[in-house]
Amino acid sequence: MVNEREHIDQHTKVITVKGVSKSFGDLDVLRGVDLHLFKGENLVVLGRSGTGKSVLIKLISGLLKPDTGTIEVLGEPVDELDEKALQLLRLKIGFSFQSSALYDSMTVRENLEFPLVRNKRHLSRNEINSEVEDVLDAVGLLHTIGQMPSELSGGQRKRIGIARTLILRPEIMLYDEPTAGLDPITCIEINGLINEVQEKYKTSSIIITHDLACAKSVGDRIVMLLDGSFERGGSFDEIFDTNDERVKPFYDYNFII
Amino acid sequence: MLNKIKRILIELGGIHRFVMRFFRELVRPPYEFKEIIKQCYEVGWKSLPLISLTGFITGIVFTNQSRPSLAEFGATSWLPALISIAIIRALAPLVTALIASGKVGSQIGAELGSMKVTEQIDAMEVSGTNPFKFLVVSRVLATTITIPILSLYTACVGLLGAYLSVNQHESTSFVVYFSQVFEAVSYLDIFSLVLKAVVFGYTIGIVGCYQGYNSSKGTEGVGKAANWAVVMSMFLIFVEEILIVQIIQGMRT
Repeated sequence: MVNEREHIDQHTKVITVKGVSKSFGDLDVLRGVDLHLFKGENLVVLGRSGTGKSVLIKLISGLLKPDTGTIEVLGEPVDELDEKALQLLRLKIGFSFQSSALYDSMTVRENLEFPLVRNKRHLSRNEINSEVEDVLDAVGLLHTIGQMPSELSGGQRKRIGIARTLILRPEIMLYDEPTAGLDPITCIEINGLINEVQEKYKTSSIIITHDLACAKSVGDRIVMLLDGSFERGGSFDEIFDTNDERVKPFYDYNFII
Repeated sequence: MLNKIKRILIELGGIHRFVMRFFRELVRPPYEFKEIIKQCYEVGWKSLPLISLTGFITGIVFTNQSRPSLAEFGATSWLPALISIAIIRALAPLVTALIASGKVGSQIGAELGSMKVTEQIDAMEVSGTNPFKFLVVSRVLATTITIPILSLYTACVGLLGAYLSVNQHESTSFVVYFSQVFEAVSYLDIFSLVLKAVVFGYTIGIVGCYQGYNSSKGTEGVGKAANWAVVMSMFLIFVEEILIVQIIQGMRT
């Protein structure tokens, strides 16, 4: 049974991926992937490293183009949009990168202001300051506002990365390995933050991870990427109620070893 | 062998697309004036100490090395004219460009390269900012604007360095020295200096940005991007120097 929450609108699909394939040279990464994300849903994409999870969300955000298949985000075909239309659509998509991707040469404040001053030119200085402080407060890092990214811990960088995407008030959040490289306590905090973001900003999210604790904590629905396509989907318990040799070691490693 | 040729052709195609995109983005609004000014400061102002030192020493050394040859014919009074022609026509733009390609080109290559491998460029793109316009156009414009200014500055500093040497050995006064310097150069010489510097500046910027923007393979790729930015831009600067000299010679006759 899928973990259904009240906030999920099962009649509205905000992302629809149909038959998408992507290769890099001779390497077929994705093979005919089908996927959909409901409005208000937290969808976790599980899979081993190198299975194309990150490629999938880069395709969704238009950073990469699929070889075959179609991707619709908020009713718009991502791979058919011109540059300007794609840029407008991207304002509705928040992308939290695995490496946080904070701009090294800018302070935390400048990192957060960057998307705002470029995309909401009508805002006054006071409004910009207020927006920046609001999202920093939401991720619990208001005190870091004047610091450089190099002065932050890994967990703080992740939070600031999430804050930077939130500042444009996206409808969809794409998280690429949000807990990778973090200690267990910070992982729990990040998982909590993902849920808080969903509740406060009413976002629909795709969370790419290989961390089962994260998947269990944040996922309304989980899909597992195996051999370039989704073969399993459902709740956490449904996913791992199997003798599939490609799935079981994944579970065993995370929870037994 | 065929694969190698194929790779070279693909690379050339990539460079062509990159250059064409630069000109497309250059004329298309919005314009990143603030970033252009910031980059002009980074490229121009921060290069001043190194450029000053190099230009000054070049002037002194060139004068000291030229003196014995002229002294053989008792023609040391021609030193100011010789120096001014050499510095303004060739040394100032070339020395400035070579110093800038080492300092600025490698910096641009490494900076954009590290931004690329740490996904900062992707982050910019998904947050509704055109990274090509913000990063590439601003940097290429900055080098194209500042290298000519730096070249003129190098010429002035070089001529001052040369004056110290001339004053010391030939007891030539400041006014006499500079009147001889300006008598020897024409507007075409100044034009050739500026033309070369504009072309060199553009080359340093576009090559550094191309290498950085297209770097891959992690930190190794960043190192390669910085290295290739210097090697490629220096090679192209010498090729352009030969071509522009031929064109200016054609205009002179």
